[in-house]
Amino acid sequence: MGGAQRPPQRRLGQWFGVLPFFVFSSLFLIGPTLILAYRSFEAPQGGLTLDNYRQLTSELVLNAYGMSVRISLTTALVGGLFGFLLAWAVSMGGLPRPFRSITTTFSGVASNFAGVPLAAAFIFTLGRIGLVTALFKVFGIDLYETGFSLYSFLGLSLVYLYFQIPLMVLVVLPALDGLKRDWREAAENLGATPGQYWRYVALPVLLPSILGTMILLFGNSFGAHATAYALTGGLFTLGTLLIGQQISGDVLHNPGLGYAVAMGMVMIMALSILIYSLLQRRSERWLG
Amino acid sequence: MTISTAPAPLAAGPPVSAAPARGSRLWSWLAFLVVALYFVLPLVATFYWSLRAEKGVLGFEAYRKLFADANFLPAFSESIVNAVLAIFLSLLIIVPTAYWVTLRLPGLRPVVEFITLLPFVIPAVVLVFGLIRLYGRPPLLLTATYGSSRVVLVCVYAAISFPYMFRSVDNGLRAMDVRGLTEAAQGLGAGWGTILRKVIFPNLRVALLSGALLTFAIVIGELTIALFMAQHTLGPYMAELTRSKVYEPSAMAIVAFAITWAAMGMIAYISRERKQM
Repeated sequence: MGGAQRPPQRRLGQWFGVLPFFVFSSLFLIGPTLILAYRSFEAPQGGLTLDNYRQLTSELVLNAYGMSVRISLTTALVGGLFGFLLAWAVSMGGLPRPFRSITTTFSGVASNFAGVPLAAAFIFTLGRIGLVTALFKVFGIDLYETGFSLYSFLGLSLVYLYFQIPLMVLVVLPALDGLKRDWREAAENLGATPGQYWRYVALPVLLPSILGTMILLFGNSFGAHATAYALTGGLFTLGTLLIGQQISGDVLHNPGLGYAVAMGMVMIMALSILIYSLLQRRSERWLG
Repeated sequence: MTISTAPAPLAAGPPVSAAPARGSRLWSWLAFLVVALYFVLPLVATFYWSLRAEKGVLGFEAYRKLFADANFLPAFSESIVNAVLAIFLSLLIIVPTAYWVTLRLPGLRPVVEFITLLPFVIPAVVLVFGLIRLYGRPPLLLTATYGSSRVVLVCVYAAISFPYMFRSVDNGLRAMDVRGLTEAAQGLGAGWGTILRKVIFPNLRVALLSGALLTFAIVIGELTIALFMAQHTLGPYMAELTRSKVYEPSAMAIVAFAITWAAMGMIAYISRERKQM
């Protein structure tokens, strides 16, 4: 299709095909973020300043960010481990074939089952009236006496794993499929034990993909708001909940700091997505 | 926001490898059972509670009460309308964009891909923060009334669906000969509008349908953005219900799970259908 010979206005016309996309993204994705970015550098009396970012080290902000980091790290590691084990079990662990499709379909459902319904489901399971809490009571253990609470670091982490594990399964399963059978046979022919095969062949090849997906899980939990809000009524100390409180009523007593907190969150998310895609590209060299 | 994924179109899977050792099969069962227990227990507990609204008997009283609640159906139907509008808006924007990027402007691909990933980078709570600041005061006063806020909400939902929609449409375009089909249609005298409407759209049916279903599953119960824009949709309604009622939330969670399951099941089903064609 000799595009080169087209009259100039036709070439300009090509841009109209993508124009709505750029206008729309500017209005509803880029614009809102840019205004927060701009405001985060604004001083209360006008003029530009870095002061808002310096105040990110205030106690309230650090506590909220700290809890977000703790929960995200924990659920990324634990979710990554169990997700990997499950993916391994249904792909090469010798479970009957149907288990694989059950697992992938269920993972698709569970990774989308976040927010209010998920919070409600856990309240009925591990809340004060929850079924599992009641079961423990039958055996003489009062969970809430032992210090456990659904509305705590541990409780929230348990809830988040419900969408973290499935995401790990869905992203890591294709990587496991990418392991070539030849590699295993070659390793066996050279006298490697299954342990040695995993240690020197499979894991090094899979590692970028596993690490990358765990970083994706980190971001996935770091930016989550709805589930935590529904579970705690928005009053828990957590990065996203702090931003929510700031929207409703300037709890930081400094609008500029609120914008800086929001931008800090965007930067951490951007960094985790960036590392994820770099590692994913690296793993595609072997597993693509 | 949380990142969502459609069930992978049921791939044929890897070639069945040599039977694993008995030990590893034992570990597989163990891993599967432990994880399965964790996933099934909350569903069982919630379902159990949803049957207990009537004293002394198991029944569907909680579901009846939920559907009889004067606020439930309006919120539900408003969310459905929002989701459907957002899906159409997203399709109208993404299909031409993906088509042009594939065929005419491949140089723009990295830019478009980057922008479609933005909803993963900007958490929903940050996005709604920016929206309120941008449109909550003059000169761009768009969040002043309930109706205009609703328009913004639908537009944001469409934008949030970009990662899924673009990925889905892009995969669909890769699976067909876009250039050949376009040239054939042009040779028969079709204009761009006709080509998109009569050639590209029909060939993309499966891709569009999975993108649409995934968007529906994500948007239907969305809480964060609707909450801060004071919209009376399903998400804020469910959050309020969870705070104020005892049994209805369990029925609500089961219904929500069924909706998500239906959407994902349909995606798996239609992508398998195509495989067999």
